[in-house]
Amino acid sequence: MAEESAAKPFYSALILAFVCSLLVAGAAVGLRPRQEANRLQDQKKNILYAAGLYEEGRSVEELFTPIETRIVELATGRYMPEDQINPLSYKQLKAALTESAGHPLDSKVDIAGIRRLEKYSLVYLVKKDEQLIQIVLPVRGKGLWSTMYAYVAIDGDLSTVRGVSFYEHGETPGLGGEIENRRWEDGWQGKKLYTPDGEMALKVVKGKVSETGDQALYQIDGLSGATLTAKGVSNLLEFWFGDHGFKPYFTQLQKKDNPNG
Amino acid sequence: MAETRMELFVRPIFKRNPIALLVLGICSSLAVTGQMTTAFVMSVCVTLVVAFSSLIISIVRFQIPGSVRIGIQITVIATLVILVDQILKAYYFELSKQLSVYVGLIITNCIVMGRAEGYAMSNPPISSFIDGIGNGLGYGVILMAVAFVRELLGAGTLFGFEVLPLTSNGGWYVRNGLLVLPASAFFLIALLIWFLRSIDPDQQEKS
Repeated sequence: MAEESAAKPFYSALILAFVCSLLVAGAAVGLRPRQEANRLQDQKKNILYAAGLYEEGRSVEELFTPIETRIVELATGRYMPEDQINPLSYKQLKAALTESAGHPLDSKVDIAGIRRLEKYSLVYLVKKDEQLIQIVLPVRGKGLWSTMYAYVAIDGDLSTVRGVSFYEHGETPGLGGEIENRRWEDGWQGKKLYTPDGEMALKVVKGKVSETGDQALYQIDGLSGATLTAKGVSNLLEFWFGDHGFKPYFTQLQKKDNPNG
Repeated sequence: MAETRMELFVRPIFKRNPIALLVLGICSSLAVTGQMTTAFVMSVCVTLVVAFSSLIISIVRFQIPGSVRIGIQITVIATLVILVDQILKAYYFELSKQLSVYVGLIITNCIVMGRAEGYAMSNPPISSFIDGIGNGLGYGVILMAVAFVRELLGAGTLFGFEVLPLTSNGGWYVRNGLLVLPASAFFLIALLIWFLRSIDPDQQEKS
């Protein structure tokens, strides 16, 4: 090889880095709209899956039409009128980061490890003959490595879990990543969030749930080799179905159902 | 040039297979061979990345200073892998979810780096490109063979279509749980290497 000047490695590396970064940035920007559309489609599919409405081979859009999307103010639990916030264009995660529609969480309150909470949350209502049969709620919380995002479908009784679907996370594949496993997620069906006294009780246990135990209704099978991920899942349930999450909303719904209450 | 282009293309598939003879790229061949579909997509991705990284590196090989050549090779490879990953995310979203981190890990697949350093740095672009495709296909052949056995006996399906009805779905086939686990690919790859070296003793290492 011919003699090299000392500067050559520097400028050849610089030129290369410049060309490569242009290519990567170009691809990232150019393909973003399509990727965004895919992500939305995937979220809808997961909402359907959590609600048990997903059917292989039918278009997600078509299955999604009967589902009503609304916006709820988390603190009060009231629906927001659509002319104030459009549910179709509302970006919940972005809102959490803004000054006007989100706020930082105190570390004592923030058991799910999400740091900032939005004021308004999307909720997806599944109705049959005007009767509310299921509500699908977006939840998230910190696992071992990453924030885990999921949809939880709650029955019209506001306590029974109808299904769950984790759709985005960065947990270890094969261990914590098993939260995506449909078989594990199916184990959530029929579990109860609240005890008859209204205590939030549902959590992930270590090992298998003993079917005979009196707590079995409030316990979800653990994931072997993923203690911290499982703890993260328990924490996110505790947060989102507690006073700072959807509990005020449930209270509002119950009031509407029962005019005397 | 001692080898014709045809030889360059065919040799890495059986005679000098990157997995079976050079024992490179084992990591990803354990990870993505649970299903034929993921194995197929992975093979296509790796083939594209090896071919184009070899091509690009071969074109600029006289401009690459010896002292930073590994860094430059990795940068080229990483750029190509990110492009592949972005395109998968935009057009084949489901697959990209299944492959998750493994597409990103193509960067560290020894085959890509091995061909860049071992072949493309000292050979002209067209030959490097063909050599890249050949090696990608060689990798793909082994991947598909392992995935075929693992998916058929482990899940009773091929490309997701049911072939052997499982007892859990009311059929007669009891699935082999071991083959679902990544470690089973070790056994299968070892058997393949044994088979290849038995029919072609040239591949055996001299003791």
